[in-house]
Amino acid sequence: MSEPIVEARAIEKSYPQPDGTRIQVVGLTDFSIEPGKIIALLGASGCGKSTLLRILSGLSQPSSGAIFWHGKPLGGESPNVAIVFQSFALFPWLTVLENVEAPLEARGVAAVERRKRALRTLDTVGLDGFETAYPKELSGGMKQRVGFARALVVEPEVLFMDEPFSALDVLTAENLRGELLELWLNKKMPTSAIFIVTHNIEEAVILADRIVVLGRNPARIRSDFNVKLSQPRDRKSGRFVELVDYIYKVMTEPDVEHALPDPESTGEIVMPPGGLKRTESPIRTSKYQILPHARVGGIAGLVELLHDRGGREDLFRLSEELVMDVEDLLPILEACQLLGFAWLKEGDVQLSRQGVRFADGDIQARKVLFREAALEHVTILKQIDSILKRKSDHSINDEFFHDILDEHFSEEEVQRQFDTAMNWGRYAEIFDYDRESGRLVQTEVVQAETVQTEPAPAEHTVENQNSTPTPKA
Amino acid sequence: MKKRLSWRGFSAYRLWAQLPHLEVSQLPDVIMFGAGIALFYAVVTVGHSWFGPFTPSVEISRSLWALPAYAGYSLLRITIAYALSLGFTLVYGYVAAYNPRAERFMIPLLDVLQSIPVLSFLPGVMLAMVALFPGRQLGVELGAILLIFTGQVWNMAFSFYASLKSIPKDMREAATIYRFSWWQRFTQMELPFSAIGLVWNSMMSVAGGWFALMVCEMFVLGSRDFRLPGLGSYLQTAASAGDTTSILWGIATMVAVIVLLDQFVWRPVIAWAEKFKVETVESTDAPRSWVLNLVQRSSGLASIRQKTLRPLGERLLLHFARKSTEERPAEVAAPWRDWLLRALAVLTLAGIGYGVVRAAIILSGLQKVELHETALGLGATFLRVNLALLIGALWTIPAGVAIGFNPRLARIAQPLAQIAASVPATALLPVILLLLIRIGGGLGLASIVVLLLGTQWYVLFNVIAGAMAIPTDLKECCSVFQIRGIQRWKRLILPGIFPYLVTGLVTASGGAWNASIVAEYFHFKGQIYTTTGLGATISQATDSGDFHLLLAATMMMAATVVTVNRLVWRKLYGLAETRFRLET
Repeated sequence: MSEPIVEARAIEKSYPQPDGTRIQVVGLTDFSIEPGKIIALLGASGCGKSTLLRILSGLSQPSSGAIFWHGKPLGGESPNVAIVFQSFALFPWLTVLENVEAPLEARGVAAVERRKRALRTLDTVGLDGFETAYPKELSGGMKQRVGFARALVVEPEVLFMDEPFSALDVLTAENLRGELLELWLNKKMPTSAIFIVTHNIEEAVILADRIVVLGRNPARIRSDFNVKLSQPRDRKSGRFVELVDYIYKVMTEPDVEHALPDPESTGEIVMPPGGLKRTESPIRTSKYQILPHARVGGIAGLVELLHDRGGREDLFRLSEELVMDVEDLLPILEACQLLGFAWLKEGDVQLSRQGVRFADGDIQARKVLFREAALEHVTILKQIDSILKRKSDHSINDEFFHDILDEHFSEEEVQRQFDTAMNWGRYAEIFDYDRESGRLVQTEVVQAETVQTEPAPAEHTVENQNSTPTPKA
Repeated sequence: MKKRLSWRGFSAYRLWAQLPHLEVSQLPDVIMFGAGIALFYAVVTVGHSWFGPFTPSVEISRSLWALPAYAGYSLLRITIAYALSLGFTLVYGYVAAYNPRAERFMIPLLDVLQSIPVLSFLPGVMLAMVALFPGRQLGVELGAILLIFTGQVWNMAFSFYASLKSIPKDMREAATIYRFSWWQRFTQMELPFSAIGLVWNSMMSVAGGWFALMVCEMFVLGSRDFRLPGLGSYLQTAASAGDTTSILWGIATMVAVIVLLDQFVWRPVIAWAEKFKVETVESTDAPRSWVLNLVQRSSGLASIRQKTLRPLGERLLLHFARKSTEERPAEVAAPWRDWLLRALAVLTLAGIGYGVVRAAIILSGLQKVELHETALGLGATFLRVNLALLIGALWTIPAGVAIGFNPRLARIAQPLAQIAASVPATALLPVILLLLIRIGGGLGLASIVVLLLGTQWYVLFNVIAGAMAIPTDLKECCSVFQIRGIQRWKRLILPGIFPYLVTGLVTASGGAWNASIVAEYFHFKGQIYTTTGLGATISQATDSGDFHLLLAATMMMAATVVTVNRLVWRKLYGLAETRFRLET
């Protein structure tokens, strides 16, 4: 194996919390990027894959451990890298040409040479004729081409890509992916390795020579293997589908170890699944139950769909049919599992008895079932319910729960956890929540009042806006 | 492209016909050349006056012929003050945005400074400047400029700071990963990103500059009488003499200058700044300006730009790029820098402490009567300001909603209101006073009218914008459910315009407090008209050189404004951002 370009040794990333403890986002990880490969990093949203990319590219520092660049620790000198961003991150006030020239300007390249190189790169990515256009005049695909040109013009040793196709529509993404692969396979890319972060499994299997699957809380490598399928790859071929299925299983069933479908021809394990250092780090990781960020509507929708399909469906087919990435599907699946409505097995999802009952129920019956499931399985809702029952005024300030969550999650995550809990709890009629006063009130108490007030038509308009309905004074 | 038709019927067309060799594209050059000569003449004249000997009380002529020159002087003061403000803004905003430790102090400080009325700075600034340049007109001029500066700078600094803070993370990361030098980051990312906010705030600031001008071109400080030639002093002199014709001419000149500024400066700049809008798709009706087209079409200017600015920009860019690639970030913390910082911090704290103690001593020297009077004044001004806001809101909300709901009306009314808004209310004070005295109202009434004239526009503009932003489907929903009259106002209109209304009221409230100083105390026909109020107290204290009272009154006003901002407006802002936000 050739000498790695970038090597991460025992890196780890954590953020300090207000109370002095730290929340770990990237667990103890060893990792390397070798030349001549496209490496894809797969993981669900919020699992820390972008953080890992930023550490490897030198944008941010690991909390401990070190990054080595050709065997030398990454210090004052910044490595020759480029990033293609999901949001393109172009400067809207610069023309296409100026955007591509900007990195060369930063390196002190003289004007004539700069122009020559920029024009050449624009030609490579198929943007000649658009030199004087401003980014806002371009479509999303064209914008990302500018992003590619800007990255390639500096001839980076490693090209980092942070979900480069996620903001594009399906066809444009497909087209751009194909062109990228073509440039890479024909050796027209002035770069020796590509590191791409994605949550699209097929995209990874199409592009990558090596795939790394990340687990979360904190991010750690769950599986790491070389892909042996030859280019161009056929999405319909049996091995391709098997590999996609395998990755699905790894991502959806974090606690089970899976074996590669065919180690001989499809993949070659770099690191066995879950085989990375399992050493408990001294830093506390979250032990509190994490709610997947799924809305009640999504959960109900999935359960209904599964019920229509006879209660069992292949995950991969499901996501393909729904045109949903795993990133979007995964939290809903997790929520169904958490509530006991469904379980996962061998890449299939199977509806439980409770799930069937839920699917069959009418609006009120569903609420009751959801409430039972929530009070049985969801820690924070259990806590809220018991506190509300015990308090004499049956109400409590939301600060209290923020404090509980603060101990376990980062600031952003606290908000998301809280929002999800509010969404579920309100639906289950465990409590009512008034966002302005920040008070949670037990539902039975409020219900008696709200039943009498007839719904004013105007409130429909507010509800349409998906904001909190204006409470009557 | 030959636009012959547009010149027909205008005498220039004949000139045009006689000069067949003059290409269309050269006409802008000729105009620009003329502008250059005019500018040179102006510089010579100003220099002559400024560096001339000190003439403490220039006789302000009321002749009509003096007006253009006066207008020129005033405009120059505003321009220089604006340039200073811009420089200060860039430095202050930059430091506050990038130094978290400094930020904690600098932003609240900005809040306080913003709430101190211009006139309160006057005695200190003036005396210091006159002492710095004894025997030269320059001292008083600089004093006036600094005062205008204090009226302009704060909101600009705040806007720049806020823009810097809101640059998207991805964009910053791109700049880092592509190794932008400090200079490149500033010119290609930070400045362009803040451009639009800076332009709008600059417009507001310059409008505020006209207001400050009225105050600081002519004033009495203790026994000394300062006068500077300018539009402000012209209007004051005319008002003192009760010369209505001159007042009207003065106001007309001011309106003309404001309209010209709008056409020749703000429109072009706004149209140009359009390219800095961070938007994903091109907007359909972008602002245009014929002046901008002229400037951009001038091939002479283009070649000058090509020969001077381009190479200069290139040199700077490469210079900083090479410097930043050469320099290795020496992470060795120099101990002397630490010590220097500590020493600096201690010195600053000591300075603040000294200031507070001195202020306390001065305040303790105040008579009980004076304090009582100031407190009473505070109450009176508070009521007056809020009454003006209330009256303003009462007529502007229905009017603004009517205009906003009717696009045709909006097209006619908006430019008119804009012109009306850009006339400083203080300039109108003499006229209002003349009228009110004739019908028998005193300054007590007139001051409210002045506050109203000065501030209602902010509310009106914002209400119009808010009404236009209410989505059509909500309006249709109301008509489907037959929600009409009061119910419609309660359910749709008021919640819909609420965020805009709050923005308008905040600006109006700040403006009203500041304007109270001029509105409550007025020299007219050799007489002083005054009414109970904090503004009157401040004006009086400045006039008589009573620094103790000035300090006390100023602190009281600043404290009130800051407290009201924190307790009322910030809460309302919070509500506007959460409950009343129309999500798209």
